[in-house]
Amino acid sequence: MSELKYDQKICTKCEKIDCLTRCQHIALDLEEARQEWMKILAGRDSRVLHECLTCYACEEYCPYHNHPFYLIVDRQEELSAWPVPVPLTKQQIAMMAPKGQIVAQKVSAPVINLCSFPMLAGSIQGKLFAGASIIGGNDLFCNIMWLHFAKNSVIRERLPKVINNLMDYYLKVSGVDELICFHDECFGTYTQLAPAFGIEVPFKPIHLFEYLTKKLTELKKEIRPINAKVAYQRPCSNRLVPETQHWVDEIFKLIGAIRPAREYEGENALCCGMVVQAAQRDDRADAIQKRNLDDMAAVGARYCVFNCPMCFMTLKGMVAERGMTPILISDLCRIALGEGFWG
Amino acid sequence: MEEIYRELVKIVGERFVSNQPEERFLYSRDPGTMEPHAPDWVVMPNTTEEVQKIVRLANRQKIPLVPMGGGLVLSGLSRPLQGGMVLDMKRMNRILEVNEASSYVVVEAGASQGMLQAYLKKHHPRLKHSIPDAPPIATIGGNVLIHGSGHLSAAGGFHSEMLNGLEVVLPTGEVARIGSCSASPYWFSRSPLPDLAGLFLGWHGTTGVVTKLAIKLFPARPWNDVGIFVIEDPELAPDIIRRLARVQVAEDILAWMSPKPDWAKGFQMINIAYGAETKAELTLKRDLIRESVRPYLERKVGGFMPLPPDMKVRFLEAPQSTLAVFADVNKGGGFEYVGAIMPVELFAPAFRKGLEIAESRKVPYSLGARIVGLAHCMMFFYAYAFNRADQADVRRAQTALEDTNAMVLEMGGIPWKAETPAQKQIIKKMDPNTFALMNRLRAVLDPQGIMNPGNWEA
Amino acid sequence: MEHAEILHRCFRCGYCKLPGSYQDLNCPSYLQYRFETYSPGGRMWLLRAWLDEEIPTSARLQEILFSCTACGNCVEHCVFPKFKADVLNAITAGRGELVNEGSVPRRVSDFFKAIHLYGNPYKLPEADRGAWAKGLGLEPYRGQEYLFFAGCAGSYDERGRKMARAVAGLLQDRGVSFGILGALERCDGNEVRAMGEAGLFEEIARHNIAKFLDAGVVKIITLSPHAYHAIRNYYPRFNGIFQVLHYSQVLARMMSKGKDQGADTPLTVTFHDPCYLGRHNQDYLTPRMVLAALPGVELAEMDRARVDALCCGGGGGNFFTDLLGSGPDSSSRVRVREAAATGAQVLAVACPKCAKMLEDAVKAEALESALRVMDLAELVQARSV
Ligand SMILES: Cc1cc2nc3c(=O)[nH]c(=O)nc-3n(C[C@H](O)[C@H](O)[C@H](O)COP(=O)(O)OP(=O)(O)OC[C@H]3O[C@@H](n4cnc5c(N)ncnc54)[C@H](O)[C@@H]3O)c2cc1C
Ligand code: SF4
Ligand code: SF4
Repeated sequence: MSELKYDQKICTKCEKIDCLTRCQHIALDLEEARQEWMKILAGRDSRVLHECLTCYACEEYCPYHNHPFYLIVDRQEELSAWPVPVPLTKQQIAMMAPKGQIVAQKVSAPVINLCSFPMLAGSIQGKLFAGASIIGGNDLFCNIMWLHFAKNSVIRERLPKVINNLMDYYLKVSGVDELICFHDECFGTYTQLAPAFGIEVPFKPIHLFEYLTKKLTELKKEIRPINAKVAYQRPCSNRLVPETQHWVDEIFKLIGAIRPAREYEGENALCCGMVVQAAQRDDRADAIQKRNLDDMAAVGARYCVFNCPMCFMTLKGMVAERGMTPILISDLCRIALGEGFWG
Repeated sequence: MEEIYRELVKIVGERFVSNQPEERFLYSRDPGTMEPHAPDWVVMPNTTEEVQKIVRLANRQKIPLVPMGGGLVLSGLSRPLQGGMVLDMKRMNRILEVNEASSYVVVEAGASQGMLQAYLKKHHPRLKHSIPDAPPIATIGGNVLIHGSGHLSAAGGFHSEMLNGLEVVLPTGEVARIGSCSASPYWFSRSPLPDLAGLFLGWHGTTGVVTKLAIKLFPARPWNDVGIFVIEDPELAPDIIRRLARVQVAEDILAWMSPKPDWAKGFQMINIAYGAETKAELTLKRDLIRESVRPYLERKVGGFMPLPPDMKVRFLEAPQSTLAVFADVNKGGGFEYVGAIMPVELFAPAFRKGLEIAESRKVPYSLGARIVGLAHCMMFFYAYAFNRADQADVRRAQTALEDTNAMVLEMGGIPWKAETPAQKQIIKKMDPNTFALMNRLRAVLDPQGIMNPGNWEA
Repeated sequence: MEHAEILHRCFRCGYCKLPGSYQDLNCPSYLQYRFETYSPGGRMWLLRAWLDEEIPTSARLQEILFSCTACGNCVEHCVFPKFKADVLNAITAGRGELVNEGSVPRRVSDFFKAIHLYGNPYKLPEADRGAWAKGLGLEPYRGQEYLFFAGCAGSYDERGRKMARAVAGLLQDRGVSFGILGALERCDGNEVRAMGEAGLFEEIARHNIAKFLDAGVVKIITLSPHAYHAIRNYYPRFNGIFQVLHYSQVLARMMSKGKDQGADTPLTVTFHDPCYLGRHNQDYLTPRMVLAALPGVELAEMDRARVDALCCGGGGGNFFTDLLGSGPDSSSRVRVREAAATGAQVLAVACPKCAKMLEDAVKAEALESALRVMDLAELVQARSV
C-alpha cells in the first residue's frame, strides 16, 4: 500500500496548527487544536476524527502542504471512525465500482475527461469544444470521493487502475499526453492527491478553467458580455488546487461576468452540503447551505456558477428558489458565446 | 347459449357483450402465471340496474358470474374458473361526489385509480386518495375489495380500512347499501352500524358485485420528500420500521430488496415518503424521522442515502410506473408476486426465506414490504419474473410462488389476494369454524353459487 | 411477422390506454369499444395467440386490428423502455400479416383497391386532383422553392379542400415561392403504410419520389401531417430525400418576425395536436408559436395536450374505413367535448383529417354555436386585415 507523503516533523514543529484552528466546522483554540492534532499524529482517537465534515479545507490551510486532511482520513479508516454510516459507504463503493466495460478508442486532443459524469456530455458542445474527444464512465472515475468516506484504501486500490485505463485505452494508443479534467475532482486527484499517495501520473492534467480561458481568448471577438453578477460555488476538491483560482477571475473577465466580493469565497468557501448529508448531519447541512445562499443573494447574484456537478445537483433547486440561475461554468461561457446551453 | 347472449344484448346493448373467441381468449387469463379459463360471455354493464339484470339472469340460469376491474391482481382472481360471464366493470367509472369537508369521494366501482388521481388533482388539489402502485387502470373497487394498500397506508392502513361505505348488487339481484349511506345522505363512515362491509371485503367477488363505494381522502400537500434509509442487516428492520412509523409523519413506508442494480444487492432500502404544508414543516418532519432512528445513525449501521432532489423525483412518483417493468428483466413479459400480510417482526426470516426460494428456484426476484399503519403489520412481497413465451419458465415461477405461499403460511403470515391453490392452503390452516361460517354466509347470500365459483373453496 | 418477438413481452399493464396524467382513456379504439381486446396490449396478446394459432382469423380480429388509429398514444405511454417504440409497429406488422393473407375487412380492401386504381381513396379521377386550387391562380410546380403537396384529403374532401385553399392562399399572400403538382400528384401513402400494405406503400412512395425528382423538387410543404410523416420518415428508405415541412412550420417562420398584423379582438382558442405532427414527430411547439403570434388570441389548452392529446379518430385509415365507428364514445366526440370545456370559441387544428373529424363531431354534439373548428391557416387569414 502506498504511504502518504507526509512529514511528521513539520507538524510537531508547527506553531499555528492552521489545519485545525481554521477549521470551519470544529471550534478549537490553539491549545486544543495542538492536543487533538498530536493525538492524530500518534494514531490515537481524537474528536476531530468524529466531528470532521470532510470538507478538505485543512488541506488548503496547511502552509507547509503537509496533507493534514489525508492524514485525518487515513486515521479515520484505521480507527473505524466512519464519517458516513457503513451501509451507505459500502453501497457507494458498489455503485462506483469499475464496470470493466471500457473499450480502447482512438482520441485526439483536446481530450475531455468527464469522469463518472458521462451524462454531462450534452454540455460539451459548441465552439468551445469543437473537435474535442469526450471520455468518461465509472472505469475512469478518479475515486477521490472516498476521502469523504474514510476510505483511502479504495483510492489506493482503484486509482492506479484508473490511471492505467486512461493510458491504455485512450491516451497511449492515441499518442496524446494531455487530459483536460472537466471537474476539480480529477484535476485535484491527478495533480495533488496522486503524488501525495505516491501514485504516478504519466500524463499532463489540464484544468477545465485553463482550457476555457484559452478558448475564450481565441473566441474573444464573439463574446457577448454576460454583464451580470455571478456567484461562484467553489467545490471541496478545489481546496486541493487553489492555484487554479485565478482562472476563475480570468474567465469572468473574458465573458464579462461580474464577480461580487462574497463572504464565503476563496479560502472561506462553503461546502455544498451533500457530504454533510451523507454524514447524516442534515441540520448542519441546512445551516451551511443557508449561509452560503444568503451570501449569494446578499451580493445580488443573478447566476450561481458551478464547476462540480455534485454541488450543482445539490444546490440548483435552492439557488433557483432564490431567484438565481444555477449553471455550470462551461454553460455560462457558452451563453456568452451566444449558444444555448444544455443544463 | 344464444338465448343468453340475446338476453345480455337486451340488457347492455350489442356493443357491450361478446361471446367471440377474441374476448374469450383475452378474458381467460391475466398477466400472472395462472392457467387460463375462458368465459362464455364478457359483459360490460354501465349502471347498477344493468348489473342487477345481469345478476338476475345469471341466477335464473345458474351461470357463473365473475366481476372484474382492471384484472391486475396477477393471481388470476378474475378468470372464470367454471366459465360463465366475466363482468368487466370499467364502464362504470364515474366519480360521483367529492365531499371536501369530510374528505371522502364516492365513485363507481370501475373508476380507475389513475382517473381518480387526476380528477382530484384538477378539481380538489388539496385532497388525494391512497393510490396503490398497481398500474393506474386498476379500479378503486377491485383494489379496496381485496384489501389493497398504497401510498397512504402508513397513515391510513389498508385501503379496506379507508372504505366508508358501498353499494352492492347481491348475488340474488337486490341492491344493498352498506355504511352510513344506508341511513343517511352522507357516506362518512361504516360506524356506528353493524359493519356489513366485511361481507364483501376479501371475498374475491364471491359475495356480490360492488357498484359504488366511498373512500376516505387525505390531504395532498404542496411539499413532498422521501428519505431512503439503508441497512445491511435485515434483523434491524423491524425496530427501525417501527420507529419510523411511530413518528406518525410518514404517508408511506416501503422497504425494497433487489439484486439489481448492483449497488442494491445485499442492502435493505426503506423509503419513507412524507409531505408538508410548508418547507419549514417538511424540514421539521425530516428531522423527526431522522431523530427516530438516531441510535442506528450513531452506531453507523444505517443511514439515509444522500440524494440530490432530482434523484428523488422518481421515488415520489405514484404509482411507481417502474414496478411493472420488472416483468421485462429477462425480456419475458411476466411477473407475479406473493403479497404476504404479516407482522413486522417477521421481516428478517421473511426476507431470508424468500431469498432462499428465489435463489434455489433460479427465478429473477424483487422483494420488499409495504408497511401498513404504524407498523401494525406489513405486506411483504415476493415478486418473481418469468418468460411468458417459455412454459417451463412460467412453471418455474409458479413453483417459486407456491413454495413462497407455503413458507409464508408456515411462518404465520397470510398470502393476500391468493391464487385459488393458495386459498385452499389458507383454508387448511384456518379455524374450521371460521371456514364454516364463511360457507354459511355464502350460502345465504348466493344460494345458487354463481359468484366467482372456485374461490374460497376447500 | 416483424416485431413478433416483442408480443409476449407486453405485460398488459395498460399504461398505454391512458395519457400521462391518467385522466381518461386515451387509446381511441379502447375508448370506443371498451373490451380489453381493443387496447394496445390486448392487440399484442391477440396477435401472439393468432400467430400461435390459438385463435382463428376472424372478422372480429380484423376489426380489432384495423380499428387502431395509429395515434401513437401507446408508444408514448407504454412504460417498458426497451420495446415501447415498437408497440405500434407490431400492430402495423400484424395488419400486414392479415393483408398478406388477404383477410382484411371489406372497407380496408376497398380502400386499397381505390388507391391502386385511382391513386386516391375517393375513387375520383386523378385529373380532378388540382381542382381544389381553381381560381387561386396557383402556379404548377416548375422549380419554385417549394412544392406544396395537398394530399388526397386536401384535393378531394370538401373540408380538406377548404383548408388547402386557405393554406395555399396564405402562402401566396406572404410571398412564399411554391408550385403544385395538380393532376400529377398522388396519394402520399401514409395510411396505406399504417394499414400494413407495405408493398402498395412502396409502390406509391417510389412513384411519388420519381415524380418529385423529375420535377426537380427539393423542398416540400405538406398540408397534412400524415404526408409530412410519410415523406419525412419513410421516403428516405427508398432514396427519396427531401426537405419536408408541415405548413404550420412555414407559417411559424413567416410569423416569427413579430406579432402578426390584424384583428386583435379577444379570441380564445384551443389547439388539437395532430398525432403525426405531435407524437409521431414531436413538434408540439410550432403550431403554438403560430397561435402566440396572433394578437388577441389566447390559448386555452385542453387537459390532454401535446404528448397526451386524444386522437381525432381519423388515423390509421379510419378516416376512410371508419372501423372505429361513431357514437358518444368515439374519440372525435369526446375530443370536442373536451375542447368545449376549455371555454374556447375556436378549436384549432393543423390536419385536414382532424378538421373533418372534429367538425362532424361538433355537429353530432350540437356544439356548433359554441365551438368552431378552424385550421391554423384559416385562423391566421381570419385574423388578418
Ligand atoms: C406492478 C403492480 C403493482 C401493484 N402494486 C400494488 C400495490 O401497491 N397495492 C395494491 O394493493 N395492489 C397492488 N397491485 C395488485 C393489484 O393490481 C391491485 O390491487 C389492483 O388495484 C387490483 O384492482 P383491479 O381493478 O385490477 O382488480 P381485479 O384484479 O379486477 O379484481 C380483484 C378481485 O376483486 C374482484 N372484483 C373486482 N371488482 C369487483 C366489484 N366491482 N365487485 C366485486 N368484486 C370485484 C375480482 O373478482 C377479483 O377477485 C399491483 C399490481 C401490479 C401489476
Ligand atoms: S403495450 Fe406497454 S403499456 Fe401497454 S399493456 Fe403492454 S407493456 Fe403495458
Ligand atoms: S396507436 Fe392509438 S389507437 Fe392504436 S393501439 Fe395505440 S393508442 Fe390505441
